[in-house]
Amino acid sequence: MSELSSQGRPTGKASPLLELRRIAKSFPGVRALDGVSFDLRPGEIHALCGENGAGKSTLIKVLCGYFPHGTFSGEIRLRGAEMRFRGLRAAEEQGIALIAQELALVPKLSVAENLLLGREPLRHGIIDRGALRASAVRALTRVGLEVDPDAPVEELGIGQQQMVEIARALEKRATILVLDEPTAALADRDAGRLFDLLRELRRGGVSSVYISHRLEEVLPLADRVTVLRDGRTVATAVGPSRDEVIRWMVGRDVRDLYPRAPRPGGDRAPVPLLSVRGLGLELERGPGVHRAPLCEVDFDLAGGEVLGVAGLMGAGRTALLSCLYGVARGHVQGTIALAGEPPRAPYRAPAEAMEAGVALVSEDRKRYGLVPEASVRDNLTLSLLRRYAQRGVLREEEREADCRRQVESLRLRTPHLAASVGRLSGGNQQKVLLGRALLRQPRVLLLDEPTRGIDVGAKAEIYQLIAELAAGGLGVVIVSSDLPELLGLSHRLLVLNGGRISARLESDATPESVLAAATARVA
Amino acid sequence: MNRGRVGEPGSTLLGSRIHWRAWAMVGALLVIWLVLALATQGTFLLPRNLSLLARQMAVTSILATGMVLVIVAGQIDLSVGALAGLLGAVAALFAVKLGWPTPLAVLLAPLCGAALGAGQGALVARLRIPPFIVTLGGMLLFQGTLLGLTRGVSIAPPRDFLEIGQAYLPRPAGWVLGGLLALFLLGLALRGPRPTPARGVGLALLTLGFVATLNAYEGVPMPVLIVLLLAAGLAFIADRTPFGRHLYAIGGNREAAHYAGIAIETRVVQVFTLMGALAGIAGVVLTARVGAATSDAGRMMELDAIAAAVIGGTSLLGGQGRVFGALLGALVMASLDNGMSLLNTEAFWQPILKGAILVAAVAVDMAGRRRD
Repeated sequence: MSELSSQGRPTGKASPLLELRRIAKSFPGVRALDGVSFDLRPGEIHALCGENGAGKSTLIKVLCGYFPHGTFSGEIRLRGAEMRFRGLRAAEEQGIALIAQELALVPKLSVAENLLLGREPLRHGIIDRGALRASAVRALTRVGLEVDPDAPVEELGIGQQQMVEIARALEKRATILVLDEPTAALADRDAGRLFDLLRELRRGGVSSVYISHRLEEVLPLADRVTVLRDGRTVATAVGPSRDEVIRWMVGRDVRDLYPRAPRPGGDRAPVPLLSVRGLGLELERGPGVHRAPLCEVDFDLAGGEVLGVAGLMGAGRTALLSCLYGVARGHVQGTIALAGEPPRAPYRAPAEAMEAGVALVSEDRKRYGLVPEASVRDNLTLSLLRRYAQRGVLREEEREADCRRQVESLRLRTPHLAASVGRLSGGNQQKVLLGRALLRQPRVLLLDEPTRGIDVGAKAEIYQLIAELAAGGLGVVIVSSDLPELLGLSHRLLVLNGGRISARLESDATPESVLAAATARVA
Repeated sequence: MNRGRVGEPGSTLLGSRIHWRAWAMVGALLVIWLVLALATQGTFLLPRNLSLLARQMAVTSILATGMVLVIVAGQIDLSVGALAGLLGAVAALFAVKLGWPTPLAVLLAPLCGAALGAGQGALVARLRIPPFIVTLGGMLLFQGTLLGLTRGVSIAPPRDFLEIGQAYLPRPAGWVLGGLLALFLLGLALRGPRPTPARGVGLALLTLGFVATLNAYEGVPMPVLIVLLLAAGLAFIADRTPFGRHLYAIGGNREAAHYAGIAIETRVVQVFTLMGALAGIAGVVLTARVGAATSDAGRMMELDAIAAAVIGGTSLLGGQGRVFGALLGALVMASLDNGMSLLNTEAFWQPILKGAILVAAVAVDMAGRRRD
C-alpha cells in the first residue's frame, strides 16, 4: 500500500495498476465485448459509463474473475504481470473486490460476523469473539461508519450496509474496488458519504472502478471516465462534460430528454379521475413500536395528468403507491374514488386494483416484477392470461399479436418473444413491465422509480412513452428520486416528508424548493 | 440486438440450453440401454421386455408428470405414493366389498384424491404450513389409513378392474392411434412460421417404432396408453392454459406473481387438487397391474416420482420443468430397475444405483447451467 501511495496522485504518465487489453467475449448471438481496452492507475477513481447492454457488466465480470480465464480473449495485467483468474476468489486474493449492485450480506448475522465472514479469527478452532469484535471495530473505523458491530446487518440502512461491504473488502486488503451502481438504492445523503469515503480511500492508494448511470454524481467524482458502447471503448477522458459523455454513450445528442404531455384542459375537469382522501398506513406492531409510514394523504389526479411524488427515502413514497395498488402490508386507512364512483376503501389486493383500472410498475423489478426464467411473452401477459383464455385454453395467436404490438410500441429490444426475460438489459426489462401494466389498459398508472438503473437512451424512450400515455388521457402518478426527471415530467408535484404531504408544487417548482420541502423538519 | 423487432428463436441460449439438456438425457438413456442390452445379451431389448418396462414405469410416470407441476409451482408433495396406495385400495374395496360397478369404483379414486389433495393444498395455501410438512403428515396419515382399511390383507379386485392394468389395446387399434399420433406430430412440426420437418419426421418414426415394438409383443398396454394421454393433457395444461403459466410464474417469482394479480392461494390449492386426482388414477393402475391392493402399496413412490421429475430437468427451486422430461426421467429409473432384475443383481443394488444416478443427473445439469 505504501508503495502505491508513494506514487502520489495519478498523473498523465503513471504506469497502470491494472490493464485490460483487447478483451472480447461473446455469448451465443451477442458479441458483448469487442476488443475493449481499459486501464486503472494507482489511486484513481475511474468511472465506467455506457448504456445498458454496452458491455459494462460483462467487462467487470471479466475483471473480477466471474468469467474465469479462458472464457474470453484478451489479457488482464496487474502491476505488469498477466493474471489468469480462475474465479472471484482468485481476483480477490489479488486485491480486486467487487461491490455488487445486490449487496452480498447475510441479514441475520451481525455486522462483525459479516465483516469477517469466512475468515473468522479462531482460537482452538472456536471463534474468538473478542478478536472478531476488535477486527470489526477496526474495519468500521476505516470507513468511518459508526454502528454497533453486534447489531444484525438487517437493522442497518442500505447506505450503511454498503459501507459494511466496502469495509469488508478493505479488510481483505483490497486495493481495487469495483462498484457496480453503488448509489442506485441510496438517498442523496448516503451517496455523499460514499463519495467522501471513496475520495478518502483514494488518498490511501485504493483505486476504484465506478459504474453508474447518474452522470451528475459520477463526473465530479471521477478522475477519468471511460465510455463503452456496443462492446467497444468509445473514449477515455479526463473531466469530460455531461453532454460529451451522453453523446458518447448514445452516439447522438439527447436533446429533449423530458417531453411533457400537454396539461389536461385549461380548467380542471370537474370530476377527478382519482380522488384520494385521508390515505394512511399503519404497520402492525413491530418489535414494540407502532409506525405510520403514511398519514392523512389527500390528492386528486385528473385524466391526462402526470403527478410527481417527491421525497427522501422512507418519506412514504413507495408506501403511497403500495396503498393505492393493494400491496401494502399493514392497516390501510382512508378512501379512494375512481372517475366519480363513490369513495371506497383502498384495494386489498393487486387483482382488485387492476380490475378497477389501476396498474403499478414497482421500483424493484427483480423482486416484484419479473419472472426471470419465464419468456418475454409470459412476462408481458402475466397479469391478464385469463383474458386470453377460451374455455381454459390460451388463444396463442391473440397473445402473440398483443405481445408483438407491445414490442413495437415500446421499442422493446428482445431477440424473440420466447427469450427468457432475465437475459434482457435493465431498460428492456423495465419496458416489459410497462408493457404488462399497459396491456391491462389501466386508467391510472402508478410508476415507482420507472428509470432506476437503466440507460439514458431507454430513459428517453420511457419519458416519451409517459408523455404519450398521459396525452391519451391516462392519469400517471410517478415516484422518482431523480429530481430533474421528476420536475421534467410532472404537471404537479406532491412532496412527502415523514409520511405526510409537506408541499404541493406546480410545474414551475425548482429542485431547491422540492428539496426544501422534502428535508424540512416535520413536527 | 434488433430494435423493436422479433426474430427467430432457436439460436438463443435458452433454446440451446433446452436442447442441450434434452439431448444429454436422451444420450444418457441410450448409454444405459446399450450397457443393459450388452449385459443381458439382447434380452433387455426384446419386445417382451420393453413392453414390461413400459408397464413398470406407468405408475411412477403418472405421479411424476403431476409432480412436475407441483414442483414448478415451488411446492412439493410427499404424500402421493401413500395416497396412490390408499386410493387404489379404496377403489378395490368399493368394487369388491360394496359391489360397486367397476367404472364407478374406479372413478371414486381420482375424486377422493382430488378432495384430499385440495385439503392438503388448503393447509399449505391458507394456513401457510410448509408443503413439506403438510404432505409428510399426509403421507403418514394415508399409510396408516391404508393399513387400517386392509388390516394387512390383500384385496383382489374383479376381472374388469384388472383389465385397466393388464389389458392390451388390440393391435389394429394400436396402429390406428399410433398412425394418427404420428400424423399429428408431423403436422405440428410442419405448421407455423418455423417448420421443423426433420424433427417432425423423427418424432413420427419414433411413434411408429414404439407401436411396432409393443405390437410385436401383445399390443400397447392399457397403462401405457393412460400415461401417454395424461402426459399429453398435462403438457397442454402446463403450456397453454392460464393455470399452467401461472404455476411457472408463482414458482419463478412469487412476489412478482402476486403483484401481477395472480390468485396464488387458489392456484396452489388447484395444483394439489390435480396432483391428488392423478394419485387416484395412479393408485387404480397400480392395484390393477399388480392384481391386488396391498397394505404397503405405493410406499416410497413419491420419492421415485420426485426423482423422475428432477432427472427430467425440473428445478426444485421452482419455475422450471417439463412434463415430458419427467417421462424420460421415469424411463431412466425404470430401465435401471428392469435391467438389474434381468441380470439377477441383488436387490440392494437398485436403490444405490438409482440414488447415484439422481445425484449425477442433477450434477451434470448444474454444471451445464454454470457454463451458461
